[in-house]
Amino acid sequence: MEFRRIEESIFKALMILSLVFVVGSLLFVVGVILWRGLPVLSFDMVTKTGEGGYLLGKGGGILNAIIGSLYLAAGGTILAFFLSIAIAFYLQKEYSGGTRLSGLTRLSLDILWGTPSIVYGAFGYIVLIYFHIRASLLGGIIVLALLEIPIMTRAMEEVLKMVPGDLKETAYSLGATRFETTLKVVGKQALPGLLTGVLMAFGRGIGDAASILFTAGYTDRIPGSLFDATASLPIAIFSQLSTPLPQVQQKAYASAVILLIIVLAISIITRLLAKKYTRFIIK
Amino acid sequence: MNTRRLKDVLSSRLMLAAAVFACLLLFFMVAGLFFRASPILLTVPISDLLFSIEWSPFEGKFGFYPFIMGTLWVTVLATVIAIPVSLLSSIYLSEYASNGLREMVMPLVDLLAGIPSVVYGLFGVLAVVPFINDTLAPAMGAETIGGYSILAGGIVLSIMVFPIIISVTGEVMRSVSGELREVSLSLGATKWQTIKHVVLRKARPGIIAAIVLGFSRAFGETMAVLMVVGNVAKVPSSIFDPAYPLPALIANTYGEMMSIDLYDSAILLAALILLLVVLICNVIARMILVRIERGII
Repeated sequence: MEFRRIEESIFKALMILSLVFVVGSLLFVVGVILWRGLPVLSFDMVTKTGEGGYLLGKGGGILNAIIGSLYLAAGGTILAFFLSIAIAFYLQKEYSGGTRLSGLTRLSLDILWGTPSIVYGAFGYIVLIYFHIRASLLGGIIVLALLEIPIMTRAMEEVLKMVPGDLKETAYSLGATRFETTLKVVGKQALPGLLTGVLMAFGRGIGDAASILFTAGYTDRIPGSLFDATASLPIAIFSQLSTPLPQVQQKAYASAVILLIIVLAISIITRLLAKKYTRFIIK
Repeated sequence: MNTRRLKDVLSSRLMLAAAVFACLLLFFMVAGLFFRASPILLTVPISDLLFSIEWSPFEGKFGFYPFIMGTLWVTVLATVIAIPVSLLSSIYLSEYASNGLREMVMPLVDLLAGIPSVVYGLFGVLAVVPFINDTLAPAMGAETIGGYSILAGGIVLSIMVFPIIISVTGEVMRSVSGELREVSLSLGATKWQTIKHVVLRKARPGIIAAIVLGFSRAFGETMAVLMVVGNVAKVPSSIFDPAYPLPALIANTYGEMMSIDLYDSAILLAALILLLVVLICNVIARMILVRIERGII
């Protein structure tokens, strides 16, 4: 066999090895978490809130963190949705038509997308102090919304770009305004894709800890209003693991299983939705 | 003006406002952090902030050097591990793999990107740290503090960086025209020669962009690193040493921030440094990628 064929097979083997390594690391991460977390996951964990001194080894569960996380991520996603959909609509040709602002908006969103969540946390903290808001559900929701906007907008813009131009032109030729076309034709056509973007952002929001570390607070109770401090799963995992008590640390493993299951479920639902709804779309 | 026109005009104004908000948000982040960091920038000379190794906020000494070096060690190590693995995987996925395999693997890569960073951190604590402590460090004759080390941070971070390098590189390689490949193949080159000399050469700027994006992702990652890297404020000298990266400093010192003069300002300066580094990386990468999209490169 000549040298170049040998070289090719060596590299091919290396590539397959790398790919196996990448997929393997996913399975390994999920496997380790499940293996250590499932045995300590109990019914009480998901049905009870933390009793006083939970982190000191007292009883109770992390229902407060689960509900808190759902509130935070849902609130953040709803807030982000209104802004993102408007930005994504604006980035269409008929609104922004190659203006400098559209390029600048895209660049800003790209940079915001890459901005570390701890920076959102620090910035959110400044904003909260400025407006005299305490670390609360509201504070967490605002910061998560900021974090989710670039993710959601990017996904939505991609989907809107895929809507066939013919479809829009048909609407315009029938006398529809830009708004009517955008809402009733483009929006409807792109609905499953838009939904995918929303769910993706929700998944990112629910798993993020660094951004809400300073802005959401922590409590053993389920928040009753927007101005109450709230617990969240990622931060619960972090604080339980930081205690020196093994029995509390084990609860961190169980909490991680819950968070992982939520995130994986969202990701799978997103994929199924995308598949199911694309069937009804005019290609 | 009828209501339909009015709705159109109003809605387009709102959309414009939202877009302006997106642009301003970035500006406000930089400006806000800069404003809050300015007290320390005015009192401590910038060379001391960046190159002094003394960090004792209680005595007014704010040297970021150990933290900056800690961040760089962890980030560079993660990038070095991630580059070969992600590039080789990406080449295989876009050049050799069947559509079926690609459609099976890409969702898994996306899943990797979707796992929360605390979960990665916990994985590091449960698997990587003990492995280094029990097996790797003794085998290499190195000392660690219980396995919490730059190496642990680098390994965990590299897994988090795989998806971004893989997906960006994949996109760039798919944008290389099929004709170029065919010309090379028709000259008798093997597939690998074609990839090496034609596809990779054409895709080189894009691959650099992918690596820069991966680097900047790793640079700002907080929770996962914080949990495995040991958090000791010393300039590291080996990958078995602990480190204290900037994001971890911000996350850890939050509680004490308010009580001491300038401390708060120093922490927000750390956030500003992070934001600026990430901003520069992203602008460079996006400029390359936009040119590729337009067909200039």
